[in-house]
Formats: sequence, structure tokens, C-alpha cells
Amino acid sequence: MKVSVQAEPFDLGAELADFGTGRADVGAVVSFTGIVRDDTGAMEALELEHYPGMTERAIAGIVDQAVERWNLSDVTVIHRHGRLGVGEQIMMVATAARHRVAAFEAAEFLMDYLKSRAPFWKKEHGPEGTSWVAAKDEDEDALKRW
Amino acid sequence: MIDVLYFAWVRERIGLPREKMETQAKTVADLVEELKAREPRYEAAFADISALRVALDQDLAEFDAPLEGVREVAFFPPMTGG
Repeated sequence: MKVSVQAEPFDLGAELADFGTGRADVGAVVSFTGIVRDDTGAMEALELEHYPGMTERAIAGIVDQAVERWNLSDVTVIHRHGRLGVGEQIMMVATAARHRVAAFEAAEFLMDYLKSRAPFWKKEHGPEGTSWVAAKDEDEDALKRW
Repeated sequence: MIDVLYFAWVRERIGLPREKMETQAKTVADLVEELKAREPRYEAAFADISALRVALDQDLAEFDAPLEGVREVAFFPPMTGG
């Protein structure tokens, strides 16, 4: 298991190269990468604030739940903070399981929970100034399916 | 003494990231009332607690949770990770 909360970019290829390989109990690896998107055409940067200490603890708790529920063989979660440019990677999750349904579901579960239960806050920087990104009701609703 | 932490727009509205305080508050809600009575900037930050979340010693909690034994209280808006 690997959880990293970091300002630096990560190397997706390097993270996935050996993930889940070289063992007999893994038949499926799923990965998701979040990228900074610009919906308005005017965003200059996305700033991510977080709660050092609680962030790592919250993510570890979410990972533990996923491992237990889907019997995962391995998990990687990397989440960046600080100022990120449009098109940059924000975060990634990878799951390794015996079968693909478990790997896909666990990755979705991790994403849903990271979105509304890991203490990060996004702020958009644009020519008009800055604004905090509001949490969406549908993100909270997404937790109910689990 | 407890550490009180603020994040995102709560931090900006209050104007500081953390402070230490001496309090007799029994619950989070009592602490919020105590903070609101201090200055308008606190009142503004805590005007609508349904828009806020609270963590006690780095675990999410409810506003009616007791503060006994708690060392760190954090207030922040709903999280937007991922």
C-alpha cells in the first residue's frame, strides 16, 4: 500500500510499471488519474489546500476500507497539494485485485471518498481573482451507493 | 488549552490559520458560540454552520460532539478533493 500527499508532480508510468505485477494473486489493475481541467477558459491555476496530518489519516482510513471490502492486493494513492497549472496531474489511485470488477469498483469507491472525505480544498485562480470551489451535492450523494 | 484550526475560506474570513485557546465549552456548538461572540469576523465565518464541517483530533465529527479530552478542533468547508 502506498499513500503520498505531496506538492511535487508524480511519474504515472513509474508508479504503474511494477504495480500489481510479479505475484500470483493479482489478475487486474485499474488506475485513475485526475487532471486540472479548465471549464471557463480563463483559469490560470488551481490551488489545493489541505490539512496536514488529517489528510494522510483520512486517506489511510479510506484505503483500509477499500482493501477490506474488495480484498485488494495493493493500492496506491497519490494526491498533490499547492498550486497546479491547467493540464497538470492532481492525483492518482491504482488498485490491484484478483478480478477486474473488484479493481474497478474499489477505484471508484476510493475516488468518491477522496472527493468528499479527504480534507482538501480547491481554489481557482483567474484574471478576475480567486474563488473557492464549492462541494457538489452529487459528490455527497455518490457516497450513498457504497 | 486546545488548538483551533481553520481552513480554506473559514481561515480567510477569520484571518488566521490556527490559534490556541482556553475554553470551558462542553461541545463544539458551545465553542462556536464562544467564538462568534468574540468579533464580527468570527460571526461572519460561523454564520451558517450547515456550510461547515468540524474535525476533532483529525477525525470528522458533529457539532453536538463533546470536547472533553480533545486537543485539536478544526473548522472548514465541505471538502473538495480528488
